[in-house]
Amino acid sequence: MFRSLETAKERVSILVDGKAFEADANASVAAALLSAGLSAVRRSVVGAKPRGPYCLMGVCFECLVTIDGVQNRQACMVPVRQGMAVNTQSGARTVEDCAL
Amino acid sequence: MRTLPDQEIVVVGGGLVGAAVAWGLARKGLAPLVLDGEDLSHRASRANFALVWVQGKGVGAPHYSRWTIGAARLWPAFAAALLETSSIDVALRQRGGFTFALAESEMAMWSGEVEAVAEALGEDAPDHVLLDHARTARMVPAIGRDVVGSIYSPLDGDVNSLRLFHALHVGMVNLGADYRPHSDVSEIVPKAGGFLLKGAWGQIFAGRVVLAAGNGNTRLAPMVGLSAPTVESKGQILVTEKCEPFFPFTSATLRQADEGGVMIGDSQEADASSIATSQDISTVLASRAVRTFPLLANVNVLRGWAGFRVKTPDGLPIYDASSIHPGACVVMCHSGVTLAPLHAHLIADAIADGNATLADDRFSGGRFNVPQS
Repeated sequence: MFRSLETAKERVSILVDGKAFEADANASVAAALLSAGLSAVRRSVVGAKPRGPYCLMGVCFECLVTIDGVQNRQACMVPVRQGMAVNTQSGARTVEDCAL
Repeated sequence: MRTLPDQEIVVVGGGLVGAAVAWGLARKGLAPLVLDGEDLSHRASRANFALVWVQGKGVGAPHYSRWTIGAARLWPAFAAALLETSSIDVALRQRGGFTFALAESEMAMWSGEVEAVAEALGEDAPDHVLLDHARTARMVPAIGRDVVGSIYSPLDGDVNSLRLFHALHVGMVNLGADYRPHSDVSEIVPKAGGFLLKGAWGQIFAGRVVLAAGNGNTRLAPMVGLSAPTVESKGQILVTEKCEPFFPFTSATLRQADEGGVMIGDSQEADASSIATSQDISTVLASRAVRTFPLLANVNVLRGWAGFRVKTPDGLPIYDASSIHPGACVVMCHSGVTLAPLHAHLIADAIADGNATLADDRFSGGRFNVPQS
């Protein structure tokens, strides 16, 4: 759906749901996911509807993904990094016990 | 000044209390007009914690305990009636509520209150149990080590507060009420057996008037021979991102809403000069929440907000009908969610029938008119 206007000068490799993708090293995670053809990055919590990057500027919170194990990160606000593991989400975040 | 058509009965205030009364009046076949304020009016209804809460209420005031218990027991039928009149499910859950103590002194203080209420009510007292850490953990495995014990009361519960607000508004209009926003009432003049209500928007003549304007009642009530004093009380809460379910019950300070978000409250400040939230209070709220449920440590807080409670000097509701200007009455309270079924039924019925008293006489505003020595 989206096509990059410029040729990336430098590329990195990221894992999306365990599958390797090449991304422009200067892209945000959201831009990388869109370039990879992934427009829906999660299912909404209440209605289980597909959601994807929308505002691309940190406002709408629609592009939430799990990045390197941290849930509900805004894909549009995080730059990609070599070896980064991105996971799409479905439903509410999990809570793990980290007893004090 | 624009004059709107005369009305048989006007409810001043479209919050949880005004909407519940209007819903009830409309159900009785009246067609009340609800005059509501501005979007930025101080609205307790939009800052509430959505609890149906009985535990510990009415220390030294058994009539208030009984009133609250009655409301909690009416809630299932009321939720069904709201669904029927609005097609909105308010997500009522009455699985019981916990008070989590993080110190033995807290346990002693709060259990003392619950025991005092139970003693005053005798056989009518609602069930409650005092639990140590281990027995609390058996019911709520996610609690932290800092929880020394808890009080559990099965009658307590909660609703989805946004849907309750919406259901009352949709339901009252479906039943025949009329709703008019941006209609802050600044003056009421008793006139010709009725009342002239005035504001920047214009004026309207009403045969009868119900004051349900929250803290605004304090200013309006004396204009119709009523008394509705309030004291300042500010509360602040935090709301987290939606999480998978971990706490199927409720508590007065932390609850997981039906859609997964966690609401963390509830602070009390006597200085209500500013509506802004305070970082210091947020810190205490968050710290207590994480000590109670350590799994919240990594959960993001999305929002924080503050609201002004509608608090009378003794914390109890005011239900009163004016004897000086018959046809005027006042309905106000702090617990607009818990008491909604009573406002929609008993109170609305008493108003519709033109009763001289709306509820137990001990809820009249006259109780505050004691000469100060």
